[in-house]
Amino acid sequence: MYDSDKIIVGILIFIILMTFPIWYNAFTGKTGYIPKPKIEPKILADKKQCIEPKDYIRVNHGDLLKDWRESVVRSNNRVYIASDKKRYNMSLTKTCMNCHSNKLDEFCNQCHNYMGVTNNCWDCHTYQKEMYPEGA
Amino acid sequence: MELDRRGFLKIAGLTVLGLAAKPGWDIVSKVKPAETLPAPSPFAGKKWGMVIDLKRCWKKEDCIECIDICHRIHNVPSFGNIKDEIKWIWTVPYEKAFPEHINEFGDEGLKIKPVILLCNQCDDPPCVRYCPTRATWKREDGIVMIDFHRCIGCRYCMAGCPYGSRSFNWKDPRPFIKKVNMDFPTRTKGVVEKCNFCEERLIQGLIPACVEACKEKALIFGDLNDPESEVRRVLKSNHVFQRQVELGTKPKVYYIL
Repeated sequence: MYDSDKIIVGILIFIILMTFPIWYNAFTGKTGYIPKPKIEPKILADKKQCIEPKDYIRVNHGDLLKDWRESVVRSNNRVYIASDKKRYNMSLTKTCMNCHSNKLDEFCNQCHNYMGVTNNCWDCHTYQKEMYPEGA
Repeated sequence: MELDRRGFLKIAGLTVLGLAAKPGWDIVSKVKPAETLPAPSPFAGKKWGMVIDLKRCWKKEDCIECIDICHRIHNVPSFGNIKDEIKWIWTVPYEKAFPEHINEFGDEGLKIKPVILLCNQCDDPPCVRYCPTRATWKREDGIVMIDFHRCIGCRYCMAGCPYGSRSFNWKDPRPFIKKVNMDFPTRTKGVVEKCNFCEERLIQGLIPACVEACKEKALIFGDLNDPESEVRRVLKSNHVFQRQVELGTKPKVYYIL
C-alpha cells in the first residue's frame, strides 16, 4: 500500500474523533445515564393515573398531542374520551400540565434532551412556571 | 452440511422475513384509543358581524381602550417600530380608511379622525384562497381563523388581504410582551397573525373584548343570521358602509357615520 503510514494514521484519527462521544461519556462516568422524568410526589401520592395507560402514553404521547391539536384547532372538538371512557379537556396547558407541572427540565426535557428530540410547543404555548417562575 | 448458493439465499431470505415480522406486525396492529367527542357545535348557522358607530367612537378623544384590552389579552407584542408592528385592532385617519368618501370641499377635520380597523372577517376571504397550507380558513360561523401550527410564514395571505389586517412576526414576540396572559398562547417568529373576533371568548359565551371595553358602546357585535339581533337592528335602521366593497370580499365589519 502506498502512503500506508499516512493512511493508517488518518484512519486512526477518524476513528478516535467518531467515537469521541463514547470515550467522553465513559471517562466522565455518564454511560449509565438514564433519563428520569420526574412526577411530582403530590400526584403520585394521590395515585392519580395518566389519561391513558403509562405504556401507551410513553410511546404515543406525541401522536396523541398532535391528534388533540388537530381536533381542537381545526374542528373545535375539545372533549377527549379516554380508553376507560373518562372524558378530558384536550389541552396541553390545562390538562397535561395540571399534573406534570414541572415541565421543562424535570419532565419533558428529561427524555427529549437525552434522545435529541426537539419540539416547539413552548414557543407559543405559555406556562406559568416557565414564564414567571417566581409567581406573578 | 453442503450449502449451495440457492440454499443460502433461501435461508437468508427467510431469516430476514422472520426478523421483520414483529416490527411489521407492530405497525399494522397499532392500537389507537384516541376517540374524541364531537363538539356540540354551538356556532353552526351563525354568522358573526360587527358594526362600528364612528360618531360614538369619536365622543372621547384619543380613547384606545378597545385596542389596549385586545392587545393585552391576546399577547400582542409592541416592538416600538412600524416595520415590526403587530396589530389586531388599530386606527387610521378617516381619509386613509375611506378615501372614496373624501372630497376636496369636505370637512377637513373629518379627514384626520381616527377610524377603528380590524380584520373584516370577510365572507369571501381572499387570504384563505391564497394560503398554500390551509393554515387560514373560514370557520362555519364565518370567523377567519389561523392555525399557527400550520402557518409557514410565506405571507401570501398578507399580500392577498386588501385591508392590511394581517401582521407578520419578524422576531420572537415574547420579549416584547409586557405581561403575558397565561390563558392565551403567544405567537412565534415566522407566523402571521390577526384579529380572531375573540373566538376564545365566544366559546365561553362572552362578547369580544373590544366590544365589552368600549364605554360609548360604539362597537356592536352579534349574529348577522339572527334577524332579532342588535347588529341586524342597527344595520336596518342606519346607513352603513364597509371598506372596499367593490372587491367582493363581503366584509362583515360595518361602519356608521
